[in-house]
Amino acid sequence: MDAKIETRKLSFFYGRNQVLKSISMKIRPDQITAFIGPSGCGKSTFLRVLNRMNDVIPTARLEGEVLLDGANIYGPNVDVVEVRKKVGMVFQQPNPFPKTIFENVAFGPRVLGMAGKVSLDEVVERSLRSAALWDEVKDQLNKSGLALSGGQQQRLCIARALATEPEALLMDEPCSALDPQSTLKIEELMQQLKQKYTIVIVTHNMQQAARVSDWTGFLLLGELVEYGRTGEVFSRPQDKRTEDYITGRFG
Amino acid sequence: MSARTTQKLATACVWGAGAVTVAILLTIVIFVLVRGAGDISWSFLTTPPAGGTSGEGGISTVIVSTLYLIGLTVVILVPLGVGAAVYMAEYAKDNRVTRLIRYGTEVLAGVPSIVFGLFGFALFVTALHFRFSILSGALTLVCLLLPTLIRTSEEAIRAVPRSYREAALALGATKWQSIWRIIVPAALSGIVTGIILCIGRAIGETACLYVTLGGSAAMPDSLFSPARTLSLHVFTLATETKAFGAAMATAVILIIMIVLINALTNWLSQRFAARMVGGA
Repeated sequence: MDAKIETRKLSFFYGRNQVLKSISMKIRPDQITAFIGPSGCGKSTFLRVLNRMNDVIPTARLEGEVLLDGANIYGPNVDVVEVRKKVGMVFQQPNPFPKTIFENVAFGPRVLGMAGKVSLDEVVERSLRSAALWDEVKDQLNKSGLALSGGQQQRLCIARALATEPEALLMDEPCSALDPQSTLKIEELMQQLKQKYTIVIVTHNMQQAARVSDWTGFLLLGELVEYGRTGEVFSRPQDKRTEDYITGRFG
Repeated sequence: MSARTTQKLATACVWGAGAVTVAILLTIVIFVLVRGAGDISWSFLTTPPAGGTSGEGGISTVIVSTLYLIGLTVVILVPLGVGAAVYMAEYAKDNRVTRLIRYGTEVLAGVPSIVFGLFGFALFVTALHFRFSILSGALTLVCLLLPTLIRTSEEAIRAVPRSYREAALALGATKWQSIWRIIVPAALSGIVTGIILCIGRAIGETACLYVTLGGSAAMPDSLFSPARTLSLHVFTLATETKAFGAAMATAVILIIMIVLINALTNWLSQRFAARMVGGA
């Protein structure tokens, strides 16, 4: 079984506080892997470890390995920009820049110096099409990204992440700030995107995990309690704690 | 007292405070306009002051000197101030040293300008041999205004949402790229407000320029020329001559110039913001 992303004995600390406890797991390519768990279980931290977004936190410390295509992204001589180019991220709150729609999508290619090698117009159109936003905004690319609705803003953020041509996409509760209709759109979009990208999603919403994901991991207090095919985890959980959580006894 | 009465009373008080403020402002401006407007003519604007204690002549060289001085001050002040603000907000660790720097800028912002004037006189005019000159005046103004600009810019930069920084980093931007392309443009309107405040203060400043600029009414021809700004000219006319009308007329031009420079700065920043944001 080949893995796109693999963690080996991954532990993570904020100061003396251990938030991830020796997690070893494999994330398959071109599938959607969801992480569920109550608030504070470490699922967002886990996600942010996968593209080194926690690097900026001064007291953070990591043990173990995170392998992307078999290479440790925390190894020496690893270029963090290269990691983030390959592993894109979409956040909980839609956060377009206060720039035009075009400039939002073009930002990644510009800072990565891709602008000279590819046509920005093409990259922007392709990314917006992939994010199912092109038809709604193609006549107003010079409008501010902030002028869009919440759901459109989140798809703009997805387009912005896709513009750097990543291989994996991390989504940190991407629908928690959206209405049901926009949520549905994003979930449909994820089904299309998984054909080209490895998608890892963190969600508070168990129904969403059950609906969209192929694999589900259940995190509790920094521990990966259970990990398996989504159908199995939800119908025949192996661990008592998983069962308690998905049947709503806590969380 | 019933809640309704309290509400009415509070509204009346707040309304009254606003009305009094506006009334005072209007009185000053109208007083200056009425007393000064009569003495403004084309020749007043285009001839140099006669000098001495006569109070005759116009203010042409004074207008040029003011623009020259303000321009030079802004050119030195803005990169230094915004750069320091970026450092304080984005790079400096929160420790004893940075807290001391921050406390220092707060104290400096409250120091009377004549103290900066004496410092500028000792350092630029005397020790560095820049003499009484536009350069000495501008450098002294920069020292005077830096704390204000650093504080306002730092606050504007800190107010930029963290989510912008995270998004930029996640897209592979370096720290500098996210600062230069996202954070500073997003903080621009706040930074520009700080710059306008500084320009306003620079135009109105007399004390620290009195001891660094020299006060010559001749047309400046280099950075090392001594000069006289509009507010210094008002001061000179009011204290050394009997030309009160000319002093008022100069004050009118001073007010107009402040309004124009503010409008220009606002317009420039809005144009820049529009280019950044697109027609929102």
